Amino acid sequence: MFIINCPYCGERDQQEFKAGGEAHIERPKQPTELSDDEWAGYLFMRKNIKGVQFERWNHAHGCRKWFNMVRDTSNDEIKLIYKMGEKPPSE
Amino acid sequence: MSTNLRVKSSEFIDETIRISFKFNGKTYQGFKGDTLASALLANNIHLVGRSFKYHRPRGIMTAGSEEPNAIVQLNDKTNRTEPNVRATEVEIYEGLEASSQNCWPNVNFDIGGINNAISAFLPAGFYYKTFMWPASFWEKYEYFIRQSAGLGKSPSDNDPDIYDHRNIHCDVLVVGAGISGILAAKNAAKNNLKTLLVDEKNELGGATIYQNSEFNKIDNQSSSNWIKKEIQELKNIKNLEIKTRTSVAAFHGYNYLLARENLTDHLEKKNKQGKIRQRLLKIRAKKVILATGALERPLIFNNNDRPGIMLSSAVKKYADFYGVISGKKNVFFTNNDSAYESVLCLHNKGIKVEAIIDIRENSDSKIVKAVKDAGITIHWSHTIVDTKGYKKLSSISAMKLSNDGLSVTGKNINISCDCLGVTGGWTPAVHLFTQSGGKLVFDENNKVFLPNEYPSEQLSVGSCNGDFKIKEIINNLSINLKQFLKIKKTDFDDITVESEEENSKRNIWLLPSDKPIGKTKPFVDYQNDATAKDIKLALREGFRSIEHVKRYTTTGMGTDQGKLGNMHALGIIADTAGVKMGELGTTTFRPPYTPLTFGTIVGRNVGEYFDIFRRTPMNDWHIENKAKFENVGQWKRAWYYPINDENMHKAVQRESLAARESAGILDASTLGKIDIQGSDASEFLNRVYTNAWSKLGIGKCRYGLMLNEDGMVYDDGVTTRLGENHYIMTTTTGGAANVLGKLEDYLQTEWPELDVYLTSVTDHYATASICGPNSKKILNKIIPDLDLSEENFPHMSFKNAQIGNIKCRLMRISFTGEHSYEINVQANYGKAIWEKCMEAGKEFNITPYGTETMHLLRAEKGFIIVGQDTDGTMTPIDLQMNWIVSKKKYDFIGKRSLYRSDTMKEERKQLVGLLTDDPNIVLEEGAQIVSELNQSPVNMLGHVTSSYYSPNLKKSIALAVVRSGKNMMGKKLFIPMVDKNINVTVANPIFFDTENKRLNA
Ligand SMILES: [Zn+2]
Repeated sequence: MFIINCPYCGERDQQEFKAGGEAHIERPKQPTELSDDEWAGYLFMRKNIKGVQFERWNHAHGCRKWFNMVRDTSNDEIKLIYKMGEKPPSE
Repeated sequence: MSTNLRVKSSEFIDETIRISFKFNGKTYQGFKGDTLASALLANNIHLVGRSFKYHRPRGIMTAGSEEPNAIVQLNDKTNRTEPNVRATEVEIYEGLEASSQNCWPNVNFDIGGINNAISAFLPAGFYYKTFMWPASFWEKYEYFIRQSAGLGKSPSDNDPDIYDHRNIHCDVLVVGAGISGILAAKNAAKNNLKTLLVDEKNELGGATIYQNSEFNKIDNQSSSNWIKKEIQELKNIKNLEIKTRTSVAAFHGYNYLLARENLTDHLEKKNKQGKIRQRLLKIRAKKVILATGALERPLIFNNNDRPGIMLSSAVKKYADFYGVISGKKNVFFTNNDSAYESVLCLHNKGIKVEAIIDIRENSDSKIVKAVKDAGITIHWSHTIVDTKGYKKLSSISAMKLSNDGLSVTGKNINISCDCLGVTGGWTPAVHLFTQSGGKLVFDENNKVFLPNEYPSEQLSVGSCNGDFKIKEIINNLSINLKQFLKIKKTDFDDITVESEEENSKRNIWLLPSDKPIGKTKPFVDYQNDATAKDIKLALREGFRSIEHVKRYTTTGMGTDQGKLGNMHALGIIADTAGVKMGELGTTTFRPPYTPLTFGTIVGRNVGEYFDIFRRTPMNDWHIENKAKFENVGQWKRAWYYPINDENMHKAVQRESLAARESAGILDASTLGKIDIQGSDASEFLNRVYTNAWSKLGIGKCRYGLMLNEDGMVYDDGVTTRLGENHYIMTTTTGGAANVLGKLEDYLQTEWPELDVYLTSVTDHYATASICGPNSKKILNKIIPDLDLSEENFPHMSFKNAQIGNIKCRLMRISFTGEHSYEINVQANYGKAIWEKCMEAGKEFNITPYGTETMHLLRAEKGFIIVGQDTDGTMTPIDLQMNWIVSKKKYDFIGKRSLYRSDTMKEERKQLVGLLTDDPNIVLEEGAQIVSELNQSPVNMLGHVTSSYYSPNLKKSIALAVVRSGKNMMGKKLFIPMVDKNINVTVANPIFFDTENKRLNA
């Protein structure tokens, strides 16, 4: 059970949060212009890597804010948390 | 047989307090301080249970929680019964009743023992190989296996005890209160760290407390005296909380640990009443210090499982701590020095030690010399090749070991004995460390796995970290503790410690016998009856990974998780496969370390507290009027209101007729309500619903359908425009929280530029929905000054109104197809408004109806219920709701997916109506639909999603999803049931009032 440092509320138990899958997959601005394959890529394709992964999390039972997390899925180490709209770290 | 085998009074046993208890129906005496195991041994009872597969007689092997054999059922002739309890952990109390498990008819004569005689036919994987074929026989096999297996009996009634949960936050958690744990906890607390020290036993001090050895001295006193003084000091330290009888069950990531605290199990029955029995501690620790000690290993030799064969350290603990001798004629079997401590302990108490069988060539340590000086025979370079005695050990035979340790030579030495103390060295208890994700490394010298990489702020100290001698324990603890806790000094930096330095050991995982392996029974896992032979067989059959071998042979899969024999299993696998230790994996220890009761896990969350539930403000009225309830999400909703002895069918038929003939009233408070405000609210609705919202006038309502991005229907409901920038959205009862979450997600992450604010107001309003041809008259009685004309208040519109002093929001919307009004008031006025409606409707026979009638009425109109007629694979096109999908809007959630090749296929399942040829047959929801009866394999077209007998149409109606259904209007299909085939015809899903005339009636 992680302890997650919500950028708005501080450290809270994982129970209060909801994981929201891979981060930085932007919804296409003009979906109708996309081919079936391109749209399917946005809809379905996720990396699901073992190692350092960029994720979306929501403080569902708290401030309800979404934020980004960099987590090592192999040992659950949370490396970084940053707000929505902020640029992901390059490395 | 009632010889009292007490040797001397022990300071840990109170001989002035006699306790009588029952074992297998017979009454015995013990003393306060005894465990069930020590009291049984004092009564000369070794045979406690039978093994799982061969039903071999088994006795007490250990003196701790690692016990594999002495597993009993506790019962007191009430529901307070518990199986799979270790006799070595049960503290006896007046009135305790325990019985053997896994034997029938009794432990002395057990029918399953025949398995032992035919054990040649029960090799590893026997059950898998034998009972898998033919598959249809599995039910019969299972019955047979369960009968003869029997891992205790579960209670048949509710648990009468109270359980509890507690959250604890601390700076330092110390697990284990042996010498390392005590010193670590003391120094952490003294440095102003909030510290919690837990131990599974009822006494602090671990093994040191009774280790009265002249070879271990601290500050020139015996280590046991020294530790007693330390324990005394603990009591005066601030910041330190101590919990005994508390076993850490699980060590999760981020230093989150679960522990079970036993509060009343050791008390007499009358003192247990009304008290919390066990408490689950949920511990969040900034730092964790594991001082979990080490478990003594047995040796693996032929027939190493007879009652009377025990761990050497257990023999010593029973003598030193409980004052009980385990045998009158003792033999020890060892590969290291620790057996010699037990030998001296018995010898000094005047108990006879017949001989020591030592597989080493020699040892010159001080302690061995002391044993030699005492004149006790030591057979060096010997191994035990067999043991005798069915229900109790009677003799052993030993032979000389070859130099390579693989075979035996020479003559058999037979020694008669009734107790054999065995030691194969010590295994650090790294269970919790590995649970937390820690990585181990194999120490080739000591043949142990040791903590290597810590995954969190934690430290292993003492013998669980491979420090076995008191001197190395204290020296290393001092260094590591200072670094880990960032403190300058400890208060044991300068103490003098003397302990035995010698550490010689000869490790042979599987000891040879004069018989071939196929003819021997060297048990590796005692509880599950897995022998070395089984492990070798598994390897021969091609299993390599330790996890596979473990499952195939069931090694380490008992309730003890193979705490004694896992290392040997790994060793035998490594030796046989010719690889390095650990190369094929180490077994993973999973929580809980020792079994937990279900009561501890659920705590207070039982009965009505099992899950959260929600009630509407009108709930009391429903109860007073004898409503039956159903669970919808977390809500308790009125299901139907039976009058007298009406069954559900009769009640629903009556309610349904009344709602269409005169007036009905429904508690709709559970529908999700989201308040939407902001200058971009209209644009936001445009993006989340499939239809257009910008032109909806203020004071108007509109039905909306919400999709997932994959184009599938997600939720639906009516949204009302309350003002220029203000809407109130309703959602399905079950979907409310998820819809809000989804909308927030889009607002925060995809469209942060929109000026929109969402607030859940579900609980703020109570909603009564009145429907039927007389609903207008009823509303007019309640709100006489409101103009209810079609011009002023048409269908799909909204009014603010006042009922007496109560403000309300009125919507003229309908889920039944009848002329209806929804009255929303502040939640606390809900019941008052409801009662007012009932009063006003009395002359019109206003009939309260529940969710079942609501479902029936809407099905008559062909209105879908998201989650019943849809299942996450239905698009609005599949539902034949093309009218609600805007063609003009550039984009909305899910729009692009409606044009994927897959969602455009004609042969998708589509929502249709079904009418049975026989109007009295009501279809089963979920029933499969086919077009051909004599097809093989039969082609399933779809299934029935909603089905009712309609009292208004006087016939059975159903909704269904059918492949290509929209092109099948009028087609005959079949529904094959177990006893008959039902003929149906595809029909328009709107069965009643197809022109919607009644809405304005
Ligand atoms: Zn927050």
